[in-house]
Amino acid sequence: MVLVEQSLNGLQFGLLLFLLAAGLTLVFGIMDFVNLAHGSLYMMGAYFAATFTAWTGSFILGVLLALGATLLLGIALEFVALRHLYGRDHLDQVLATFGLILFFNDAVRLIWGPAGLALPLPAWLTVPVQIIPGVYYPAYRLSIIIVALAVAALLYVVVMRTRIGMLIRAGASNREMIGALGINIKLLFTLVFGLGAALAGLAGLMQAPILTVQIGMGENILILAFVIIVIGGIGSIRGAFLAAIFVGMIDTLGRAFLPDLLRMVLSSAAASTAAPALSSMLIYLLMAIVLVVRPEGLFPAAKR
Amino acid sequence: MKLQINTSNVVVALVAAGLVVLPLYSQLTGNIFILTLFTRIIIFALAAASLNLIMGYGGMMSFGHAAYLGIGGYAVGILAHEGIGSGFIQWPVALAVSALYALVIGALSLRTRGVYFIMITLAFAQMAYYIASGMSRYGGDDGLTIYKRSSFGGLIDLSNRVQFYYLCLGCLFGGIYLIWRIINSRFGLVVQGIRSNEQRMQAIGYHANRYRLVCFVISGTICGLAGALLANNTDFISPAGMYWTRSGELMVMVVFGGMGSLFGPVIGTIFFLLLEELLSQFTEYWALIMGPLLLLIVLFARGGIMGLLGRFNRG
Repeated sequence: MVLVEQSLNGLQFGLLLFLLAAGLTLVFGIMDFVNLAHGSLYMMGAYFAATFTAWTGSFILGVLLALGATLLLGIALEFVALRHLYGRDHLDQVLATFGLILFFNDAVRLIWGPAGLALPLPAWLTVPVQIIPGVYYPAYRLSIIIVALAVAALLYVVVMRTRIGMLIRAGASNREMIGALGINIKLLFTLVFGLGAALAGLAGLMQAPILTVQIGMGENILILAFVIIVIGGIGSIRGAFLAAIFVGMIDTLGRAFLPDLLRMVLSSAAASTAAPALSSMLIYLLMAIVLVVRPEGLFPAAKR
Repeated sequence: MKLQINTSNVVVALVAAGLVVLPLYSQLTGNIFILTLFTRIIIFALAAASLNLIMGYGGMMSFGHAAYLGIGGYAVGILAHEGIGSGFIQWPVALAVSALYALVIGALSLRTRGVYFIMITLAFAQMAYYIASGMSRYGGDDGLTIYKRSSFGGLIDLSNRVQFYYLCLGCLFGGIYLIWRIINSRFGLVVQGIRSNEQRMQAIGYHANRYRLVCFVISGTICGLAGALLANNTDFISPAGMYWTRSGELMVMVVFGGMGSLFGPVIGTIFFLLLEELLSQFTEYWALIMGPLLLLIVLFARGGIMGLLGRFNRG
């Protein structure tokens, strides 16, 4: 029973990670741009949702407004600062977006204060749902799984089956060429960046009711998203999906079951400190193994 | 290498002289704060200089250099905690463990290039961070207080502010001298050659990754020394000190000063930490200014302060 519940938790966390990693890998694959500030967009999504929900009094309305706001913020960010960094050295991009993280963290502290916010759930999302006889699972976590899967499917359809998706894929394989064919590449980049921002915001605001909304919430998870796109292969959405589920499972199951396993060999207190560290390490260990075996990641995007 | 008299060399000489006479100023004015501030700056400058060796000269963008600060610090802290207070044991252990970590991480990370390398070094540093958080015997997340600084017999007293300052300054100058010797040696020229054209160096017969790895290990070891100094300076070591933002700050210090210039990291560190200090006196929200400033420097002032000085010189 616990195993079923924890596996679902792992799936849910993995899907959230996928939403974050998908934006990161899209932006990287198409614009060759490393965006550390992606985690800040995740944080902003959560803060927007908490604020708009408190204003409107409606969770759904708050979430929709927050999504729109993150999308706009992403587009504004791209327009003002980031588009000047395309084609620059990766180091420049890392440093500039590192500066943006500093900026966003302090801006949030200035606007919302240093204490975290809570995003309360409406009553209809807090009830446990019976998924198989005898096993109950929180409706909210279940809805995260459903929404994230739907978004993943939508993303697949958009990228693989629509004209805009075709342009995105074409842009990923040869930027200059589709520019020469008369496509407004700048607009396309802005759109893709906005899409990535909205995905990050969605991940942030969905995670918000489970954890508190706080400064720096996007940083740890950003590193995980990086690990995921390295494991999956940079630029590959399919790779990001599989790696995200995998990492989410390892993290969650490790946290759930490692303490009990460790208690067999360690004292109880030592085990409860060592277990989360060990399960976090497992992920990096996995990444190291993948890198040794396949330095390009498991599912490298097509060569440029 | 002939010494020339130009703007950047004059600035470097002035800064170096300033660092040497700073304790005198502090004694005369009774301003102890400036001494402790600059002790910290000098330690970070050493770390930044070590990062510059691989970033500026080796072309390896390590985003995990804070890990060595932590490892060097934890080596000192853990040994002190276990009752081994002698610096003659603590410091070599700090250097050895840093070197070993750099060897393992480097061997794995150097299989990758470019942005993969940035992310891999970042991820491994985070792993080190989690290991430190998991060490419940040594404080876990809360960190470890070091009750007694490393003792070096009667040779030098680390609890004496001025002696400690000069020890740090000596380490910084020593480190920079070492780096200067390295980059002008045959080994250093090969490493720089590999940065500019790896294929050609391979074709001449150099095993590029071996050279890179040795350079990576040297850099990590120097940074481990900075870690040992830092732990002694703060009398405290915690996982937070090796968090990834610290690695980012080290990169910023290098780039502020000017990547690939010998003294650039020192100037950059002084600039970054003084600015941080100044801004935080005006406002609690100093990063609100520092962040966009960083963006502007990246966009408009490539080559950092040393680059600007060089331009001034030519123009």
